[in-house]
Amino acid sequence: MDLAWLGAGLGAGLVVIGGGLGIGKLASSAMEAIGRQPEATDQIRTAMIIAAALIEGIAFFGLVICILLELKA
Amino acid sequence: MQENTTVESFKTVIDTLQQSSGDDSSWILHHIMDGRELDFEPFFTIHIPQFPLIFGIDITPTKHIVFMWLVALLVLILFTIIARQYNKSLIPNRLANLFEVLILFVRDDIAKSTIGKGYEKFVPYLLTLFFFLLFGNFFGLLPWSATFTSNIGMTATLAICSFFITQFSGIRSNGFIGYFKGLMPPGIPILLSPLMVLVELLGLFTKPFALAIRLFANMIAGHTVILGMIGLIFFMGTILVAPVSIIFVLFIYLLEILVALIQAYIFTILTSLFIGMAVHQEH
Repeated sequence: MDLAWLGAGLGAGLVVIGGGLGIGKLASSAMEAIGRQPEATDQIRTAMIIAAALIEGIAFFGLVICILLELKA
Repeated sequence: MQENTTVESFKTVIDTLQQSSGDDSSWILHHIMDGRELDFEPFFTIHIPQFPLIFGIDITPTKHIVFMWLVALLVLILFTIIARQYNKSLIPNRLANLFEVLILFVRDDIAKSTIGKGYEKFVPYLLTLFFFLLFGNFFGLLPWSATFTSNIGMTATLAICSFFITQFSGIRSNGFIGYFKGLMPPGIPILLSPLMVLVELLGLFTKPFALAIRLFANMIAGHTVILGMIGLIFFMGTILVAPVSIIFVLFIYLLEILVALIQAYIFTILTSLFIGMAVHQEH
């Protein structure tokens, strides 16, 4: 009957939704850009990986809070 | 006799794992968190002895610290050898050539492109940061070793170092008052400026905090997923889960190698970006 565990689980799920949506949108525009101009594939790929790592960073903030919540209770 | 003891030791390992993972998942935490013992599981465990207290502070090295020393020693020896090689001949030999790729990558694509003019002063720090983090992240993927970058104390220390270097170089380039004046973006209505001051000052501190948390969480999450997937075999109790589990773990392991490389790169390039923004405030 511990609400903290429910909170941690729900929180982790929401974090995954947010991160997935963000990186999905990023990947879709990267694919479009590569399709329009295949010569720039290298630069687009580098920029995409950097942006994906930053968005994942935000998703991990939420994850860390969920883990803290689950460990405290 | 020999086979009996090996079978016995495997049995004890599996028994302990099953006993400890039946109800709780504390064994996952035991493998990730810091501790006072270096365990090479079925063979032996080294307990780190208690060091004497200095001014009441306990400075016993823990597992992460021991691995940090190992990595620092490795980086020191490796790059001393590479640098000495250039004394003998101007053409790099095979080892120097291998690392020259990475060194030039840090110098040109990371430092020069983000800092611009006057980037040479920061290249030593950025190189040290990059290779320390790279080797540290990779060491965590070896069997029986620990990732010292998955310790929030380590990443916070590195982020604090980057913070101090950023602020000091910004203050040195623009003067003390000039630096803080330059933080305000141009063209803000007067009524909004107290809010902007607060936001900019807060932004100075959240950026290193984000650096620390990003690296720490990435390393912890990867290892937790791997351990959890392997523990799935023991939770389910049957060996039939093993093929699926092992293939998944293999995939995540390869992803972890990529993430180790990417996180070292991201930490370095963000530090260099912050240094560039502090030194050349016109942008």
